[in-house]
Amino acid sequence: MIISMDLELKDIPGQLVHALIPLSDLGANIMSVIHHHDQPTPSGSIPVQVVIQLTNGRLDDIITDLEKNDIRVVRVGKKRLYEEVTVILIGHIVHNDMSDTIDQIDNTGFAEVVSISISMPGINEPSSASLVINAENKNKLIEAMNILKKVAKKKELLVIEPIEN
Amino acid sequence: MKTIRLSIIGFGAVGQGVARVLRIKRDYLVRSGIDILVVAVTDSRGACIDQNGLDLKVVLQRKKESGTVATSNTSSLDVIKNTDHDLVIEATPTDIETGEPGSTHIFESFQHGRHVVTSNKGPLALQYKRLYNEAKKNGVMFRFEATVGGAMPILNLAQDILAGNRIISIEGILNGTCNYILSRMAEESLSYKHVLGEAQELGIAETDPTYDVEGIDTACKLVILANAIFGMDVAYNDVEVTGITNITSEALFLANVEKKVIRLIGEVEDGNKKIIRVAPRLVPKQHPLAVGGTLNVALLKTDIAGPICINGRGAGSIETASAILSDIIAICRKNT
Repeated sequence: MIISMDLELKDIPGQLVHALIPLSDLGANIMSVIHHHDQPTPSGSIPVQVVIQLTNGRLDDIITDLEKNDIRVVRVGKKRLYEEVTVILIGHIVHNDMSDTIDQIDNTGFAEVVSISISMPGINEPSSASLVINAENKNKLIEAMNILKKVAKKKELLVIEPIEN
Repeated sequence: MKTIRLSIIGFGAVGQGVARVLRIKRDYLVRSGIDILVVAVTDSRGACIDQNGLDLKVVLQRKKESGTVATSNTSSLDVIKNTDHDLVIEATPTDIETGEPGSTHIFESFQHGRHVVTSNKGPLALQYKRLYNEAKKNGVMFRFEATVGGAMPILNLAQDILAGNRIISIEGILNGTCNYILSRMAEESLSYKHVLGEAQELGIAETDPTYDVEGIDTACKLVILANAIFGMDVAYNDVEVTGITNITSEALFLANVEKKVIRLIGEVEDGNKKIIRVAPRLVPKQHPLAVGGTLNVALLKTDIAGPICINGRGAGSIETASAILSDIIAICRKNT
């Protein structure tokens, strides 16, 4: 799970360390820290934005520890699905139980089809669709793609994947 | 200055291109200390042979007027076996089922102690290792730059110029016909069938386009790259191949919405993954692989130099002859 947090620190030396130590102590991977030292709040505290990756559900402990260190947690935003890929499918997509194709990804629990655009030029002609799939991380995304490819093979759909990078 | 005696086996578009280029570049070659004497030219109907050197202008003219170079019914194989020369340019057409007549020509050349430069993919895609070993056993050189990417110097780039680098992966567009079709379909919102017809009319696609559009040609080229650059021991049947015949103009439209194009990409990667496949893929429009028209392109990932990208004309008589000429010169330099 990817979590972004807005924190407020007192404007005295050493506060940033107090904010980051509880994060790393509780196993969070710190992905980004922005220290807005030049934009103090009206009350004089310093806003800090952090983005962390958390594999175990210890968010409550982290917040408790931060508050113990006198750090204000202003906002917590969670983004569960972080990696995204767009693929194109060609074939008889709708007539081969499209909801089943989507379900196979959604049922994994770690990946979801978040958007689909479909073009159907004629009843007996193949359709084309672009699918956006989100997943928890890169490996889960590859796993989801493998599921999609397997389903597509069974339903005789062509999957056009992006090149890497 | 040592004289290199060579034969041109097969006198279609590629063989004729070689003859033209040797004529155009004659002075340049002499200045570079290379004296080339073409002692035999063959096609499917016979051969013309002159130990003192053929006049290529006359040979080209005869081919144009009578449809053959033949002044005798000596076969290509006879020339390889019995005409005294150093280097064989094997330029017969590719047959991916049997590799013939190229395979026999090349093996016989090696066994008679002759170096070989070829543009023929069949023998290499079917039995690279045997050819490589046979050349080594007979102490002769075997070069085949023209088999992959036409004028684009991909094999020599990876093997000679990037010496010291480990090539991690190569991906690219190695078939100009498919690239033309996919580019045109996207630009003009036309169907596959329509653009294929147009390409056939322009001579960009063959009357039977199967070899190109089903990805077979790209797969053969990947096999050559995999064996020659990555030291793999693979053949055509080891490649996972998907062609472009099912691509719809709607799919290209949807890709365009995402600021992407669809291209037939060949991909080979050694190491843990061991990938060797050909498939239509989504390529961001800004990506170096997103070239249009009949261009070819290759992106090499290397361990020291990082990514290196080259593009150029992947087909054409003179362009292919350019790759053959560079191989001829490389052999001359090592043997004079």
